[in-house]
Amino acid sequence: MDTVIELKNVTYTYPLADEPSIKDMSIKIERGKFYGVIGENGAGKTTLCALIRGFAPSFYNGELKGEVLVEGKPTTEFGPGELSLKIGYVFQNPFTQISGVKDTLFEEVAYGLENFGVPVDEIEERVIEVMKMTDIYSLADKKPFELSGGQQQRAALASIIVLKPDILVIDEPTSQLDPEGTESVFKIIEQLKNEKKTIILVEHKVDMIAEYADEILVMKGGRLIRLGDKQEILTDMSLLDEGVQLPQMAILGERLIEAGIPLSRVPITERQAAEAIGQALQKARNS
Amino acid sequence: MAYIQMKDVSFVYPGGFLAVDNINIEIEKGENVAIIGQNGAGKTTTVKMMNRLEKPTKGDVMIGDMNTKSYTTAQVSRVVGYVFQNPDDQIFHSTVISEVEFGPRMMKLPSEIISERVSCALKLTGLEQFRDTNPYDLPLSIRKFVTIAAIIAMDTEVVIFDEPTAGQDLRGNHYLSDILRTLNQRGKTVITISHDMEFVAANFDRVIVMANKKVVTSGTPKEIFWSFDALEKAKLKQPYISRLCRELGIEGNIIEMDEAVEAIKEKCLLN
Repeated sequence: MDTVIELKNVTYTYPLADEPSIKDMSIKIERGKFYGVIGENGAGKTTLCALIRGFAPSFYNGELKGEVLVEGKPTTEFGPGELSLKIGYVFQNPFTQISGVKDTLFEEVAYGLENFGVPVDEIEERVIEVMKMTDIYSLADKKPFELSGGQQQRAALASIIVLKPDILVIDEPTSQLDPEGTESVFKIIEQLKNEKKTIILVEHKVDMIAEYADEILVMKGGRLIRLGDKQEILTDMSLLDEGVQLPQMAILGERLIEAGIPLSRVPITERQAAEAIGQALQKARNS
Repeated sequence: MAYIQMKDVSFVYPGGFLAVDNINIEIEKGENVAIIGQNGAGKTTTVKMMNRLEKPTKGDVMIGDMNTKSYTTAQVSRVVGYVFQNPDDQIFHSTVISEVEFGPRMMKLPSEIISERVSCALKLTGLEQFRDTNPYDLPLSIRKFVTIAAIIAMDTEVVIFDEPTAGQDLRGNHYLSDILRTLNQRGKTVITISHDMEFVAANFDRVIVMANKKVVTSGTPKEIFWSFDALEKAKLKQPYISRLCRELGIEGNIIEMDEAVEAIKEKCLLN
C-alpha cells in the first residue's frame, strides 16, 4: 500500500478548549483513492481536515499529540507554504476561502498561481480551463463577493483545482448547492480521481458518497469509529444509532430483507438497488 | 381569500437585475409549504418580499388584510418571521439566550411570557444546553438552530425557513421535522426553501416549484415529484426512492420509503 497521509495516535485540542476535538486517531490514507468522511456535526471531521492540511496546529495553535505525516514527513516540519503545494484545501464556508483582494472572479481563481510565480500565459490557460470545468467561466468578470452562495462554492473549488495539487481536502463543497450543482461537483471530483489525485471529502450527502467514493471514514465524538470499503460500511445499520445517515437505497434494501424478500445484497446505489430488487421481482414473477 | 397573496409581483435589483418576474402565489392560513428550485431561481427574493425585507418593484403582497406596501419591515416582521439562509446575517448577540430573547423583548412582552417563549423555543431546537454559549462557538449547522429559535420565540403567524437543511446531519433533520410539525399544530403558516428532495417529500403538504425567476407550478409532493415536465423545467430530480420505483416500473407515484417497501413487498409476495 502506497500511504500518502498517516495519522499516528493523534490527539488534538484547540486553544482554550476543555477537551480534545480529535482523540487518539490512527489512520493511513492510500494514494489515489477517494475517501468520504461522514459522521454527525461536531464529530471532528473539519478538524481532521485541518490537521491533514497542517492548519492545526500551525495556524490554529492548540496542542497536538502524536504525528500527522504527509509523504512520511510530519506536517509540523513543512515550511510555510510548502504543504499548500501538495495539498489543496477547500473550506466549508466559501467566504473563508475567497481572498477579497481581487476585483474579478477570474483574478481570484488566478491568485494562487500568481503567488506561485507561474508564467502569465500558463496562468491564463489554466484558469480558463478550470473555470469552464467548474461552470463559472461566464462569471469571470463578476466581483467574487457578489456571487450567490452556490457560485462561490464552485469558485472556491476552482481556485484550488487550478493549483493541481496531488491531494485534495474538500470540506462540504455542496451544502449550498441545488441537486444539479451537487451532481456537477461530484462529476468534477470524479474527474480529479481519474487523474489519480488523492481525495478526502467531508460530505453529508451520503447517497452521493455511495455513488462516487472508494473508502469511507466514519467519525464520532472526535474518534474514528469505522474505516473501510464503502459497501461494507454504508450497509451497517448500527451506524444510524450513531447519528450517521446511510444511503436511501441501503435502508430500503435492509427493510425489504427484513420483510422476507431475499436480495442478493444490500444495495447502496440506485443501480445496485435496481439490479437486486429487479432480480427479486423477476423471481417472484417466474414462480 | 388566501391568507398570503402575491399578485403580479416582480423584483428588480438596483442596477437592473431582474430577480423575480411577475409571480402569483397564494398560501392558505396554516399551510405547510415548501419552495424548491435551482440556485438563482428567485426563491430567497420571493420569501424576503413576504416580510418586506425586500420591497417589490411591482405588484402587491398581502398578508391577511394587510397590504405590506403600507407597513414598515418592522411591522410586517411581527406577523411574518424570516430565518436567514446564512445564520451569520442574523446573529448579533454574544449568548444564545440573549439572541433568542431579543425579539420578544423588542415586542415589550411581560418578562414571564418572554422567559416562557424562550425556553419553549430552546427546547424545540435542542439548544437548552447552549443557553449561555456564544453562538459563534457553535458549528454552523447548530448556529442555524439559534436563528430558528430566535424567530420561533417571536411567535409570528407566518414562519419562513430559508434552506434550513443545508449542512444538517441526521439529528438536525429530525429536529427540523419536529419543529415544522409543532409549528403546524400551533396553526402557524410555514414556508420552507430546501434543496433536499427527500426532506421535502416527507415533510410538506404542498410544494411550489420555481425556475428562472418564475413560479412553474405547485401541488402535493406526490404530484410534483411525478410531474416530469415541472421537474425538467426546474432542473430538479425525483427523490431517490421515486427514481428507483420509476426504473422498476412500480406504480403509485411513490415518494416515500414506507410506500416503496409496501409496494415492492406486495409485488414480490402476491405472486
